[in-house]
Amino acid sequence: MDQHLGMNRTGIDMSPIHSKKMMQVDDDIPLTTDGNTTTANIEDYFLENAEPLGSVPLPGTVKGVAKASLKMASGRHPEVFINKLGERLAYERTGVRIYQQLITKCQHAPADLSPDLQLPIDRLRQFCSQEEEHFELLTNCLRKLGADPTAQTPDADASSVGASGFMKVITDPRTSISQCLQAMLAIELADNAAWELLAKLAEDMGMKDMAQEFQHALQQEDIHLREVRAWYEKSVRVQARMF
Amino acid sequence: MTISLFDARGTPLSQQKFNWRELTPKPLSKLDDDAYTRVRVILLNGIEQQANRFQHMCGQFNPDLRRALADIRRVEHHQQTMVNWLLGADHSPLETTIGFEQVAIEVTAAVAQQEPDEYLAQTYRFGLLEDFDHMYRYSALMDRVEGKDANNVLQCYTDILPGRPTSVEHRAPEDDLRHHYDRKTADPISKFNALTIFSGEYQTRDYYMTIGPTFSDPVARALYAEIASIEEQHVTQYGSIIDPNETWLEKWLIYEANEAYNYFSCMETESNPRIKAIWERFLDYELGHLNTVMELFKKFERRDPAEILPEKLPDPIAYQSQREFVRKTLSEEIDLRARGADYVAKNDESEASLEYRQQLNSTGSPSDAAARNYRWHPGTELAKKSA
Repeated sequence: MDQHLGMNRTGIDMSPIHSKKMMQVDDDIPLTTDGNTTTANIEDYFLENAEPLGSVPLPGTVKGVAKASLKMASGRHPEVFINKLGERLAYERTGVRIYQQLITKCQHAPADLSPDLQLPIDRLRQFCSQEEEHFELLTNCLRKLGADPTAQTPDADASSVGASGFMKVITDPRTSISQCLQAMLAIELADNAAWELLAKLAEDMGMKDMAQEFQHALQQEDIHLREVRAWYEKSVRVQARMF
Repeated sequence: MTISLFDARGTPLSQQKFNWRELTPKPLSKLDDDAYTRVRVILLNGIEQQANRFQHMCGQFNPDLRRALADIRRVEHHQQTMVNWLLGADHSPLETTIGFEQVAIEVTAAVAQQEPDEYLAQTYRFGLLEDFDHMYRYSALMDRVEGKDANNVLQCYTDILPGRPTSVEHRAPEDDLRHHYDRKTADPISKFNALTIFSGEYQTRDYYMTIGPTFSDPVARALYAEIASIEEQHVTQYGSIIDPNETWLEKWLIYEANEAYNYFSCMETESNPRIKAIWERFLDYELGHLNTVMELFKKFERRDPAEILPEKLPDPIAYQSQREFVRKTLSEEIDLRARGADYVAKNDESEASLEYRQQLNSTGSPSDAAARNYRWHPGTELAKKSA
C-alpha cells in the first residue's frame, strides 16, 4: 500500500487561522499591481528573435553503403530523418537506464512504497533488453547513413528536456512504484507514437528495410505500452480495493 | 535553554566526522513538513556558504591562519552539504525560489524586531519590503507559467501581495551603501543580525544567478535576471552595515558565534525531530569551532574574546508568521527610498538612481510584466475564474 492519509500541509484547509488572515487585507494595502510592460513585450521580442537549439550534424565520410542509402533519400531531406533517428536513439538509450532503475526500485522498495501487486521482474528485464536492442538498431541505421550515432541532434535535445521530469520521478527513492509506473506510461506512450512516425518516415525516405525493422520495434513497443498501462492501472485500483 | 559561550566546549574538532550516507540525508517532505523547516534549511545553507566564502578569503590574507581555516572549513563544507541535501528533488527551482523569498521575508522581519539599533532595524525593514515584492512577482510567474500555487510552499504563513515595486528598487550603487555599525559599541546581536541577513541575501543572489538561465520561458529568464540584480544590491547594502575595521580574527569569531546562534535558534524551534537532531549536533560542532578560534584570537591578537562575544547566546530568532509586522511596515514604509546611506521620501531620490533605473527599464520591466494585474487566489488565478 503506497497511499495513506496524513498531515499534508500544502492546502489552505490545513491552516484555518492563517488562511483567514491571509485573505483579510486592510484597504490601505493594494492586492494587485499595474505596470506598462506586458508579458507580450518580453515574449514577442524573444520569440521573434529566437535561434534554433542547434543543427543536425553533417554526415562524416560518406561512402559505400552510406552513399547508396543517401541516394535513396535524394530529393528528400535526409537531415530530418537523421534528426529523428538521433532522437529515438537517445530516447532508447535513456530507456534502458530507466528500466534498470525501475527494476532496482521494485527489488528494494519498502512495503509502503510498493503497490499490492508483484511486478514481473523478468518481464521488465525483457523490456529493458528490447530497449537496448532498439538503441543498437538505431546506431546501425545512423551509421548506414554515414551519420554519427554519438552526436546529439536537436530533436534528441528537446526530447531529453521533455523526458527529464520522468527520469526524476523514477530515480527518486521516495516515489512509489505506482508513481513510477505513471511516469513509465507517459514514456511508453510517447515512445510508441515516435516509433510509428519513424517507420512512416523510413518509408517516405525509401528505406524499406529500415521501415520493416522499425515496424518490428513498434510491435515490441506496443506490448511495453499495453503491459505498463495495465500494471499502472492495477497498481492504483488495487489500492482502492477495486480488485 | 541558554548557551554560555565561554563554558560550552562543544564537540572537539577532531571528533567532527562524517560519512557519505550522513552527508546525503533523507530530505524533508515538501508536502508534510512545516514550511519553517524548509526556511531553516535554506537559511542555514546560506549561513554555511557565507562562512565558507569568508574563510577562503581570510586564508588569502592570513598565511598563519591557513591551517586552522582549512581544518574548520572542511567540516563547515560538510555541514553545508548535509543541510542543503535536506531539500527534496521534488522542489522545482521555482518552488525553491519561493522558499528563498519566504526566508528573506520571515527571517528579515524577525531580525528587524530584535535589532536594538534603530538605523539597522530600518535597514532591515527597507530590504524586507523589496523581498516581499519579489515573492509576489515569483508567485505570479509560478501561477502563470507553471500553473502552480505558491501558497503550497508558503503554507499561509506569508502573504502574497505587492511590496515596493521591484521595477523601482533599482538604484545606483552609491545609494545602496549604508552606515556601518561600530565594532566597539554595537550590541553583539547587531553583529549577528547583520551577518545572518548578509549571508541569506548572498546565497539568494548566487542561487538566482545559477538557476536563472535554466528556465526556458523568456519572462522567467528576464525576471530572474532582474531580481538577481536587486539581490546584488541587497548584498551590497547588508555588507556595508558590517564594520570594515574589524580584524580578520575578530570577524572569524563573530562568524563562528553567529553560526552557533543560528543552529541554536533552529534547534529551539524545529518541529521535525530528525532534523532537530542535526541542528543540535551542528550547534555543538560550531561551539567546537568557536573554542578553536577563541584560542587563535588570544594567541595572535593577545585579546580576550569576551571583548567581542556576549557571555551567552541571545534569545533565538523567532520562526513564526510575521504577517502583522510585515503589513504594518508595508502600510508605513512602502514609499521610502534610499539616497546615499539615508532613507528618504520617494520624491527625493538621487538623479543617479533615477538615471540608472531608467536605463535598466528602458526595454520594459520584467517584474511589471510577470505580475501585471496579478492577484493571488488560493489554488491559482484559474481557480478564481472557475469559482
